[in-house]
Amino acid sequence: MANTKADYYVPHGSPWPVVASVSMFVMALGGAMWLNGTGGGRTVLLLGLAGLTVMMFGWLGAVIRENIAGLYSGQVDASFRQGMAWFIFSEVMFFFAFFGALFYARTLAVPWLGGEGAGEATNSVLWPEFDASWPTNGPGAIGGNAQGGFETIGWSGLPLLNTALLLASSVTITIAHHALKNNNRLLLNIGTLLTIVLGGVFLYVQGVEYAHAYQDLDLRLSTGIYGSTFFMLTGFHGAHVTLGLIMLIVTWLRILRGHFTPREHFGFQAVSWYWHFVDVVWVCLFIFVYVL
Amino acid sequence: MSDSTHAAEHHDGPHAKGLWRWLTTTNHKDIGTLYLVFSLVMFLVGGAMALIIRSELFQPGLQLVDPHFFNQMTTMHALVMIFGALMPAFVGLANWQIPLMVGAPDMALPRMNNWSFWILPPAFLLLIATLFMPGGAPAGGWTLYPPLILQTGEAFPFVVFSLHLLGASSILGAINIIVTITNMRAPGMGFMKMPMFVWTWLITAYLLIGAMPVLAGAITMLLTDRYFGTTFFLAAGGGDPVMFQHIFWFFGHPEVYILILPAFGIISQIIPTFSRKPLFGYTSMVVATSAIAFLSYVVWAHHMFTTGMPQAGMLFFMISTMFIAVPTGVKIFNWLATLWRGSISFETPMLFALAFVILFTIGGFSGLMLALVPADIQYHDTYFVVAHFHYVLVPGAIFSVIAAVYYWLPKWTGHRYDETLGKWHFWLSTIFVNVLFFPQHFLGLASMPRRIPDYSVQFTEFNMISSIGAFGFGLSQLLFVWVLVKCVRGGAKASAKVWDEPNGLEWTVPSPAPYHTFETPPKV
Repeated sequence: MANTKADYYVPHGSPWPVVASVSMFVMALGGAMWLNGTGGGRTVLLLGLAGLTVMMFGWLGAVIRENIAGLYSGQVDASFRQGMAWFIFSEVMFFFAFFGALFYARTLAVPWLGGEGAGEATNSVLWPEFDASWPTNGPGAIGGNAQGGFETIGWSGLPLLNTALLLASSVTITIAHHALKNNNRLLLNIGTLLTIVLGGVFLYVQGVEYAHAYQDLDLRLSTGIYGSTFFMLTGFHGAHVTLGLIMLIVTWLRILRGHFTPREHFGFQAVSWYWHFVDVVWVCLFIFVYVL
Repeated sequence: MSDSTHAAEHHDGPHAKGLWRWLTTTNHKDIGTLYLVFSLVMFLVGGAMALIIRSELFQPGLQLVDPHFFNQMTTMHALVMIFGALMPAFVGLANWQIPLMVGAPDMALPRMNNWSFWILPPAFLLLIATLFMPGGAPAGGWTLYPPLILQTGEAFPFVVFSLHLLGASSILGAINIIVTITNMRAPGMGFMKMPMFVWTWLITAYLLIGAMPVLAGAITMLLTDRYFGTTFFLAAGGGDPVMFQHIFWFFGHPEVYILILPAFGIISQIIPTFSRKPLFGYTSMVVATSAIAFLSYVVWAHHMFTTGMPQAGMLFFMISTMFIAVPTGVKIFNWLATLWRGSISFETPMLFALAFVILFTIGGFSGLMLALVPADIQYHDTYFVVAHFHYVLVPGAIFSVIAAVYYWLPKWTGHRYDETLGKWHFWLSTIFVNVLFFPQHFLGLASMPRRIPDYSVQFTEFNMISSIGAFGFGLSQLLFVWVLVKCVRGGAKASAKVWDEPNGLEWTVPSPAPYHTFETPPKV
């Protein structure tokens, strides 16, 4: 990106980072109180969340105003882009921890419990009956129904639909991006809106699937290692989709206000990168959690 | 908002006064100072905890503290020193120095910079507050192994959330450092012209972004295992407590290099200055640092040789660990070759840097011993391990921070520190740190277990010596605080160059460095 302005814009003083820190502190405090069963935990948690929301409006609002005021050079824009890219990388590593847990459990921990390798004694003394096949809720048959059993969600139903939905939403956001570059505001607007709709339907379908799992399949967060990995992976993914959706809605409102130009649209680009990221995570989930 | 209106004006000094200045600052020098002061406070807090441990271990038997409290102290000492003292110290140095060294007007994302600092004090408030909760602070060791750590009382979610916050702070800081280095270098400063401190921090920041989210994942699994019925670390549910150790050390081993790579960078700045020679083997230093960073991701299970992993796994992790000695050896060799035929002078930063090279190498060698599977099975969880990593972290990482502070302090304050007191600080620290940690090698080889408040009588003498060293080392650091205070308040004026032949852009600006530097990029 060409350096169009001589100076790098350095904001002089901002109250928002401290508001953010205090809000995060209040959230952590409230969350911990809630988990400990101390009274008022939830209220404190929500208070922190409210603070964080106010901070988002204030901080991002200031950035948008500065941007519109033309204070940012191409070099500042590059800083934002690189910052966002590395943030997404850190998110990838977060998911990596949970995928790692899934792979470790499937390929090492469960076979060992079934007597493979050094697990022979453990198996024959503690759980000689254990059938070490995936999916499993462990030799103790933790969670599940009265017999300890549970069913899994097949990949060909709702998950396949969800895959189609998210892949389509990646296409629509790309169409919107190209429209933005060609200054086609109508297509930009429609493409973004379609992405929001597809993301919303995805979340709805995911909710239906969760309800089905909990009510009919005896598959819960507490259903052994399968339930743990299934719900933590898809749950964190769902949380990220929700976050992406909020970001998309804000972006769409900004589009309505006439923000973003064919040359400068970091906000839009960042959100679209984030959206592609949740899409890629979903594809990995679909393959490793549902299909395989 | 006030942000935009202020922007148009030009400011030579801070935009606000008093506490508000420090709360809202976006200036890399202010934030660097905040980090460094915070780190010093945490260093003293963590040190006090260490002295409680060493007081109890002065004699066999239980005399001063309750064993449960002793365990809390070992756990909290580690968490405070790693996340409160060392990491913020390095980030503080990065904040002060990287913009000055690459010729940037500030960090790339100044508001985020402020945010990453101000997450720390509240996070430590949560962590330290656990000492006063029912059931006490976490007492299962800083590695938080389940199932033991799941027995923590009400402190448990506080510890987890505190670590989440600290991780977020580190990630934000690391992103800022990477972007500053890749996007803000002065025209003409190619990657292979960057000072070594900048290089090592660039690589450290990659490690941080790769490793900290994995820790976040691991402690999140602990949290859901305890409160939401998941069974990640419960064998009956098909999970595995050892799996936690794998995930934890996948973070934990890169973390070790997060704590030492910036130290390598500091030493690579100081030794050339006081040898009055350019750094020997610059390119090989860069390659060696990258190689160490890469290897740090494939050695984690050497912390777990006694968990009963398959033989092939043990062999792999033993060999990959020993490979790390190669790039590390390259670095030691390069430092020695830089010294070779230099006109060496022994100011305080140089003394600490030289002590680093020698004493860190001792820690490196004991690390090699621990890398050997058959030997490690004997040394595991003994005081030998304690001696090993303290040699790497105290006369290693902490000495490098002290050296860096002495080296750049005149640039920051505009005053020369008291050289005589600095040398006293050096000799007292170096003698006592060895009195403190060297006997622990013998204790470990004689199989004294770590993290136990009591021991057999045959270990008494070495423990007494070690405790005396601990108090000597701890009290010597008060001298350091005094030197710092004295230097901030006044002293002989420092010139812009400060030292005889220092290399780098930071020596082209006046001392003290003005509030804003390099507002128009310098030509390199």
